Amino acid sequence: MNNIHSLRFFWPESVLTVAVLAMLVQDLLVRRSPRRVGLLTIGALFWLALTALATWRTPWGNFPIFGGLLVHDPLRIFFAWLFLAAALLTVVIVPRSKEISSARLGEFFALLFALLLGMYLMASAADLLLIYLSIETVSLVSYVLTGFQRGRRRANEAALKYVIYGGVASGIMLYGISILYGLFGTTRVAGEGGIGAQLADVTSRLFLAHAFGGQPAAQLALVVAVVFLLAGVGYKIAAVPFHMWSPDVYEGAPTPFTAFLSVGPKAAGFAVAIRFFFAAFERQLPGGGYAQVGDLPWPAIIGIISAISMTLGNLTAIVQSNVKRLLAYSSIAHAGYLLMGLAAASTAGVQSILIYLIIYVLMNVGAFLVVIAVSRETGGEDIKDFRGLGTRAPIAALALVIFLFSLTGIPPFAGFIGKYLIFAAVVQRGGFWNVLLAVIGVLNSAISLFYYARLIKAMYLEEAIDQRPFRVPAVYTGVLVALAVPNSFLIFYWTPLVRWAAAAFGGSPSS
Amino acid sequence: MVDFFHAHQAQHYLVLAALLFALGAAGVVLRRNAIIVLMSIELMLNAVNLTFLAFARFPLVANSPMQGGFSQGHAAVFFVIATAAAEAAVGLAIIIAVFRSRTSVNVDEFDSLKL
Repeated sequence: MNNIHSLRFFWPESVLTVAVLAMLVQDLLVRRSPRRVGLLTIGALFWLALTALATWRTPWGNFPIFGGLLVHDPLRIFFAWLFLAAALLTVVIVPRSKEISSARLGEFFALLFALLLGMYLMASAADLLLIYLSIETVSLVSYVLTGFQRGRRRANEAALKYVIYGGVASGIMLYGISILYGLFGTTRVAGEGGIGAQLADVTSRLFLAHAFGGQPAAQLALVVAVVFLLAGVGYKIAAVPFHMWSPDVYEGAPTPFTAFLSVGPKAAGFAVAIRFFFAAFERQLPGGGYAQVGDLPWPAIIGIISAISMTLGNLTAIVQSNVKRLLAYSSIAHAGYLLMGLAAASTAGVQSILIYLIIYVLMNVGAFLVVIAVSRETGGEDIKDFRGLGTRAPIAALALVIFLFSLTGIPPFAGFIGKYLIFAAVVQRGGFWNVLLAVIGVLNSAISLFYYARLIKAMYLEEAIDQRPFRVPAVYTGVLVALAVPNSFLIFYWTPLVRWAAAAFGGSPSS
Repeated sequence: MVDFFHAHQAQHYLVLAALLFALGAAGVVLRRNAIIVLMSIELMLNAVNLTFLAFARFPLVANSPMQGGFSQGHAAVFFVIATAAAEAAVGLAIIIAVFRSRTSVNVDEFDSLKL
C-alpha cells in the first residue's frame, strides 16, 4: 500500500505527534496560571482521549502499510490499547505525586506522549531498521524521564547507567541487524522478499548457504545475528542478561514513571519479539496454527533466557530492602514468565502472553501506586516505611496485598489466570524441556511468595514508630480500588480477555 | 563470467568492522571516564555502519529481493548516524547533570545505587 493511502491507518501516531508539540505549547501558555496543574492534566487527558478515538476509529485489517515498513493488524491495535491504559494511569497518578514538580509537569506529559508514539511504532514495526528506530525513540525519551529530577544524585546516576547500558544494547542489536541485512539483502522482516519469505523458500535458503560458504557458516551467522538482535529486545523487556540497568533505573527514576516503565516499554518489547519471531521463523498454516521454518532453534534460546530470568530475578529480590528495587527484580522475573509463553512458539502461547500483559498492567501499576502513596507520606520507600500500613492506611494496605498475591499468581486473584494460561501453553507443547520450563516457572512462583509476603508481614504484623493515619489522595484511593477490583474478580469471568487475545493474534491473514 | 557474490571483497571490510566493534565494546567495559565510554559506544555504531555499507556495496545475494536494489543498507546508515547524534546529545546532557551533582564523571565512583 502506498504512503498516501497508508496515512488512513496512521491516525493514532499522527495525533500523538501533534500531542507532543501541543503539550509543550500549552506548557508555555499556562506558565503563570494558578490552575496550571489542573489545566495541564486536562490537556493531557484530552490528547489521550483523542488518541484513543483515533485508535478506535482505525479500520480493522491485516496488511502492510508504508510499503511494508509497518504492519497494520489486530495485534497492533491490541497493544495500542494496552499502552493507552498504562499512559492514562500515569497521567492520573502524576499530578498528585510529589516527585514531579508542577513547574515541569507539561514537559513530563510531552515526553510521555513521545514515549507513547515510540511504543506505538514498536508494536507495528515490520522492518529491522524501523524496529531499531522505534526502540531507540522509546529509549532516548526514557533516559530523559529517568533523570527527570535533575538535582537528585540518584536520578542522575540512574540515567547515566541507563544511557550506557542502553547504548551498548542498541549497538549490539544494530550489529545483529546489519548481519541479517547482509545475509538476506533486505531489512524487511515480513512480506514478499522479506526474511520470513526467504527462509520459507527452500531454493533461496540453499542459495544463502552457498553464498556464505556452506550451510554451517550461514547457520552460525544467522544464530549470532538473532542473539545480537535479542540483546536489544531483551534490554527493553529487562530479561537476563540485559537486566542490569533495571534495578538502578527503577530506584532512581520518579516512581510514577517507574510504574509506566515497568509495564509500557516491556509490553512494547514483547510486541517486537512476537512480531519478529513469528514473521521471520514461523509460517502460518491454513488452520491458523504455526509451523517453524528454517532450523534456527529460537524457542530453545528464548526458553533458556526465560528460565534464567525468572530464577535470577526471584532469588535476587529476596535480599532487597528497597521496595522499588524489589519490584524491579520482580519485574525481571515476570519478563521470564512472559518469555515462557514466547518459548512455547504457538498461538496459545502468544495469546497467553497478551492476557498476562493486561493483568500485569493492572497489578504492577497498582503495586507501584501504593509505593507512591507511602513515599509521599514517609519520604522513603524501604520495607521499614511500610510498617503498620495495615492500620495507618487500611485501603492502600489491603489493595497492596491483593496486588502482591496477584503478582505471585495465587488463586483467586487475576495473576493466577495469566500464569495458568502460560504454563498450560508451555505444557501443551509437550516434550521434556517444555515441561521442565513449566516446573521451573511453578517453583519460581513459590519463591516469589516469600519476598512478597515479607512486605505483607511488615504492613500487618510490625509496629510503626509513627502511628498517625496516612493521608492518601482521593484520586489514588479511587485508582487503587479500580485496579484492585478486576484483580480480585476477574477469575469469575475472564472469557472477554481470552476472546480479545484470540482476536488479536492467531486469526488468518488476509491480503 | 562475473563473480556476483563478491564475498571475498566484502571480507576485509567485515573483519575491520568486527575489530572496531570489539574495540568499542572493550572501551565501554574498560574505560572509567563516562565521556570516553560514550565515545566507545559511538565507535560500535560506526562499526555497524561499515558493515551495512560493505554488504550494500558487495552483496552476498545476487539479486536484491527488494525494489530499489541494495540501497536499504545505505539508507540505514543515515538513520544510524542521526540516531547516534541524538543519543550523544542526551548522553552528554546527562553527564553534565551528573558532573554538577558530584564533580566527577568516573563511572566506577557511581555507587549510591547498590544492592
